[in-house]
Amino acid sequence: MNGLDETTAELERTSNRDHSGGQAALVVEHLTKRFGERVAFDDVSFQVGYGEVFGFLGPNGAGKTTTVRTLGTLIAPSSGSATVAGVPLSAANGPAIRARISIMPESPGLYLRLTVSENLRCFAGLYELDDIPGRIERALRAVNLLERAGDPCGSLSKGLRQRVALARALLNDPAVLFLDEPTSGLDPVAAHDVHELIVTLRERGVTIFLTTHRLEEAERLCHRVAILNTTLRLVGRPDELREQLFNQALEVRVRDSLEDPGAVLDGLPGVDGWKQSARGGYELAVSDPEIAAPAVARALVGAGADILFLAESRHSLEDVYLQLIDEDVEVKRR
Amino acid sequence: MSFSWTRVKAILVKELNDYRRNRFVMVFTMTLLPLILIVVPTVQLLAAPAAEASSRLDSRVGLSLLYLLLIPAIVPSMVSAYTVIGEREQGTLEPILITPIRREEFLIGKALAILIPTLVVAYAIFGTFLAVAALFAHPGMRSAIFAGSHIPVQVVFTPLLAGWSIWVGIAISARSSDVRVAQQLSVFANLPPVAIVALMGFNVITPSTGLAVGLAAALLTVDALGWRAVAAMFDRERLIAGARS
Repeated sequence: MNGLDETTAELERTSNRDHSGGQAALVVEHLTKRFGERVAFDDVSFQVGYGEVFGFLGPNGAGKTTTVRTLGTLIAPSSGSATVAGVPLSAANGPAIRARISIMPESPGLYLRLTVSENLRCFAGLYELDDIPGRIERALRAVNLLERAGDPCGSLSKGLRQRVALARALLNDPAVLFLDEPTSGLDPVAAHDVHELIVTLRERGVTIFLTTHRLEEAERLCHRVAILNTTLRLVGRPDELREQLFNQALEVRVRDSLEDPGAVLDGLPGVDGWKQSARGGYELAVSDPEIAAPAVARALVGAGADILFLAESRHSLEDVYLQLIDEDVEVKRR
Repeated sequence: MSFSWTRVKAILVKELNDYRRNRFVMVFTMTLLPLILIVVPTVQLLAAPAAEASSRLDSRVGLSLLYLLLIPAIVPSMVSAYTVIGEREQGTLEPILITPIRREEFLIGKALAILIPTLVVAYAIFGTFLAVAALFAHPGMRSAIFAGSHIPVQVVFTPLLAGWSIWVGIAISARSSDVRVAQQLSVFANLPPVAIVALMGFNVITPSTGLAVGLAAALLTVDALGWRAVAAMFDRERLIAGARS
């Protein structure tokens, strides 16, 4: 069992919203969508477990929204297969799939002349829900908007409209909640509010498929992420992706440069190599930081160096993302 | 999942609430436009000389009622042209189509939301016209209006013309990429049935029971099958993605 499967299995064990007896919430196999000659996304395969928050990252035009629309049965795939909330993806199963999921599009798409409550009542009717007033109250309470239920949506700020859209997406208690760029165009405070709501949903065990190009958002909110750039480049936990793309490293800074760094650093346990870093320190490629770090510290002290800084180099998800996108750009250039 | 009237009702109620708060629809389309269209028939009615020949009176009544039939032809076309492309332009179409709603349910909900206020307005205007005729028209004119087949024809053709106008408008709206183009095209699309009625009103085509029944049957067929035809033209993928694979 690889890391990806382990994560999925763990999430399935801990999920309190497993609607399908242990199956994954999303199973996507070799899914492709073409519009004529243009390829929106190609040969995409991944799985998402129930209760998991799955980040779908990629630059503009990478095919993220088209993937969501395809899994939401708004668009038919050109080839490949998928199972969404336990239902095989097909045109005939469209209504059944759409009854089990929710999609919050990038634009809230609210009826601005109608009140918040009227907007939600319309959608509760479309899902044929029972106890509509109770559902609306719970959804508005979940997004902290109960006191604005009677306000026309046109009078709300962009951030509040986004919250109404999230409440609308929660009405039918979806097995999978697709959030398509939920913080796009929001100011930092409004974006932070939406993040908090997603964290709350995650704690409740809601399965979330989050498309974004905000990497800090994905890193903070998601159990696993996938990076899409027409084709799926990587899938895994953010720390796994970092390990896959970047060697482990230690960053060392000393008060005065070493006279003969090779004599100090070569051959230390766990150290595979070293180079002078741009900031006047040293960057050490290591096989195991826990073995290498104490050995490096002892060697530097033994050589009479004053250590200012010694730590494991941390690559962010942004580094991973940029590395992959740069590779794609390079391939296209060739 | 089978056809659901609950989902149709959800669309219907939402649309009626939206119209109620849309000043353009309420003031211009549902009030001013019908009032403008009742002016000419009323003038025709009141300006007719008492000694006018019965054939001339009949022609006058035909012309007046033709104007009144423009209400169920034009009023819905103004609104129906907006139904799909308007939702798409304001970004509300995708959230609706993400729900389990079938396109037939969406279209019938939209159509009913236009038909109901159109019938209320058209019959209210027609009732007003009849009241004015009963109170102020001279006996010859009154007789021409109330004794002939004009009233049943008006009552029957009002919903039939409205149905044609709605389905044609929605079909154009589903295939257009711009609201203004859709509105202009749907007004033009109403010319054929109105032209036939006009030709009958001016006795170019001799009105007969058979012709009226035939025309009514044709319109009824179009109205009944309209939602199926429009549903076939309603391409979810093209509407959402702006392209087709």
